[in-house]
Amino acid sequence: MTSFWSLWIIILTTITLVAMTWILVGNKKPRERETSQTTGHEYDGIEELDNPLPFWWYLMFLVTIIWGVGYLIIYPGMGNYPGLLGWTQENQHERQVAAAEEQYREMRDRYLAMPIEEIAQDPQVLRMGQRMFGNNCAQCHGADAAGSYGFPNLTDDDWIYGGEPDTITATIEHGRQAAMPAWGSILGDEGVANVVAHVLTLNGRDADENAAEAGAQVFATYCAACHAADGTGIAAMGAPNLTNGIWLYGGTESNLAHSIRAGRNGVMPAFGEQLSEDKIHIIAAYVYSLSHGQGSN
Amino acid sequence: MSNSTSKHQKIETNIGLMIVLTIVAISFGTLVELFPLLFGQQVKEPIAGLKPLPALALEGRDIYIREGCNTCHSQMIRPLRAETERYGHYSVAGEFVYDHPFLWGSKRTGPDLARVGGRYSDDWHRAHMYNPRDVVPESVMPSYPWLFQNAIDAGETGKKMAALRKVGVPYTDEDINGAAAAVEGKMEIDAMVAYLQQLGTLVQTRR
Repeated sequence: MTSFWSLWIIILTTITLVAMTWILVGNKKPRERETSQTTGHEYDGIEELDNPLPFWWYLMFLVTIIWGVGYLIIYPGMGNYPGLLGWTQENQHERQVAAAEEQYREMRDRYLAMPIEEIAQDPQVLRMGQRMFGNNCAQCHGADAAGSYGFPNLTDDDWIYGGEPDTITATIEHGRQAAMPAWGSILGDEGVANVVAHVLTLNGRDADENAAEAGAQVFATYCAACHAADGTGIAAMGAPNLTNGIWLYGGTESNLAHSIRAGRNGVMPAFGEQLSEDKIHIIAAYVYSLSHGQGSN
Repeated sequence: MSNSTSKHQKIETNIGLMIVLTIVAISFGTLVELFPLLFGQQVKEPIAGLKPLPALALEGRDIYIREGCNTCHSQMIRPLRAETERYGHYSVAGEFVYDHPFLWGSKRTGPDLARVGGRYSDDWHRAHMYNPRDVVPESVMPSYPWLFQNAIDAGETGKKMAALRKVGVPYTDEDINGAAAAVEGKMEIDAMVAYLQQLGTLVQTRR
């Protein structure tokens, strides 16, 4: 704040305080006039009383003014004057954060130094991880981490980008961007239907044999590069396993056809800019635990 | 009649004096609330990197206002650890310099959205706006399916920008002329997602 505006605030505040005090004290009616008097106005037999302020009310007003002056001395308010305590919202926040750091830093550093497989067995880590998951992850993956349409289930053994501690951590920290292209214009309606038939047979489901055979050719040409020749997927490509009956976007024929026609580009946001390394470590441990050990049933 | 009564009486029976004193009282409010704003640049400093909203996000902001999102969602993270731990860095004044009007809100039926940008995927926002219960079963947020049916009126966007420029948002002629093309063919949901995804992304801290 420039010194002009600082002065501006100081002057206006002072004038207000002085004027309020004057209005209160300078216009106080003597107490002996406690008995009811009227202003002399009278209309239809209704009269206007002119009593002094009740004393308790007067005192409260006075106390408020004194409180205000005291506040302005101790806390910031008068322009750039910082107040006796030097209190600001920012430094109060910094103190709160520093106190929390001091309280939790040692524990988090300890957990950060331990492998995820190990801390995923620690009930305290899982309790913290569950809270952090609830705040940051549950909106998409669900409070039970079982996911929903378009958002992967984290409690099973099927992983799109890999379920090892390192890959889970990488997914949380850097996010993921799925890149399944739209094949509709390349394969045509028949091509899409054929690939659907082939994918159905990969899952042991009924499909037209001729279509499935034709689809197998197309799959080998276009799909195998990411989903592997046998359709079991490649985690490094973020290409899911198409043979285990677990479907992120539904497993009906029309679901599959739509995914192939229009492509899929699901996004996992990156949390590396928002959450500290140790918290990501703890969340990763919690997620890991859901399909390994304590968290999984 | 005592002295103080006559003071009171003097004002109430002298309309000219009462008008003068009323103006004095009101002008105090003006000096405090309005006068500093006339010297905008001195008292309103944007944070580094702050840019006026792109055309699509600007339309999204208007939908946000139309649907009354600010009645249930605040856009103001207070400097308290419990809030910064959950939402991210506390809000700073310079982030809102181009907001007319600001959408800080005062009630949180839903979470604060000041830094919601980048927190969820575009797909999540779409699913959530279409029917919040599809992704958050316990949500009490209304559904907004019409956002998927209504197209943006591309003819209006440039005018909105021109109006905002009049109150100090530094849109360029290029911005205004390109506005229609930028929102052409977009649906309201696209605008909404664009608006939400940029919220608060200028100030990022790891917490």
